[in-house]
Amino acid sequence: MNCDEFAELVTAYLDDALDDSSRPLFLDHMARCSGCTGYYGQFTAAITALGELPAPGLSPQTRSHLLTAFREASSEKPE
Amino acid sequence: MSEGVVRLGGVTDFPPDPVIVAGLQSGDEEVFALLLDEWSRGMLRLARSYVSTAASAEEVVQDTWLAVIRAVGTFEGRSSLRTWVYRILVNTARRRGERESRTIPVSSVGGERPDGVPPERAEGGPEGAALAGEVRELIDKAVGTLPSRQRAVITLRDMEGYGSDEVCEILSISPANQRVLLHRARAAVRDHLAAYYDGKGGP
Repeated sequence: MNCDEFAELVTAYLDDALDDSSRPLFLDHMARCSGCTGYYGQFTAAITALGELPAPGLSPQTRSHLLTAFREASSEKPE
Repeated sequence: MSEGVVRLGGVTDFPPDPVIVAGLQSGDEEVFALLLDEWSRGMLRLARSYVSTAASAEEVVQDTWLAVIRAVGTFEGRSSLRTWVYRILVNTARRRGERESRTIPVSSVGGERPDGVPPERAEGGPEGAALAGEVRELIDKAVGTLPSRQRAVITLRDMEGYGSDEVCEILSISPANQRVLLHRARAAVRDHLAAYYDGKGGP
């Protein structure tokens, strides 16, 4: 396995989706190649950072508009 | 504020679907508010994959919830409620995105490439618990430059923490396709970060 092939398989490896023949080749390459070890570290660091991004919520106006819409829809429906 | 809510992509501390659906169908406003507060952030992010502005994404999410209110009586439980809601969102956002792309010149939509000189960072590096503000901005920008299909997948998988099965169902794509899109998106974000750290001399 060369470095390009290694780089292409990182997500498959992380999803545990490598087949039985590729997996040992992937791990073997990583053990021997410091460049790819570094790439792997940066790749997983990027994933971690993505998970830490803050997410803004709905504006209070939209939220209260939707709560009102829900209330009105429920009161129109016969139980 | 729901700052302290644990988001694992799973249904943490969350009533099971039948309870929620029954609550919605009987007009329980607390249940609706719970859902609204728990899912809207992720929905806004996902909508942003398809439309050009945050305001537009907010309208997509609003339209989606209005559709959910109208249609929840017909929900049959063939998928999870969340998947059902997110599929409505994706359809709504795609339609709106297509409309926008016919009316808005492409040049006014994309983010700029973050090739400029990054601002100085204080001593201490990025190993703190909180993500350094400028790294956050950089990742935001990197995600903003991705094609919408890649952006949708990386949003659901890595930012929201959903499993690949649910992502495939929400986006109606095959597992292999999902993995390719995710990998390209991650590699692009990693490239942006690496270019940034190379400029900083580490880590």
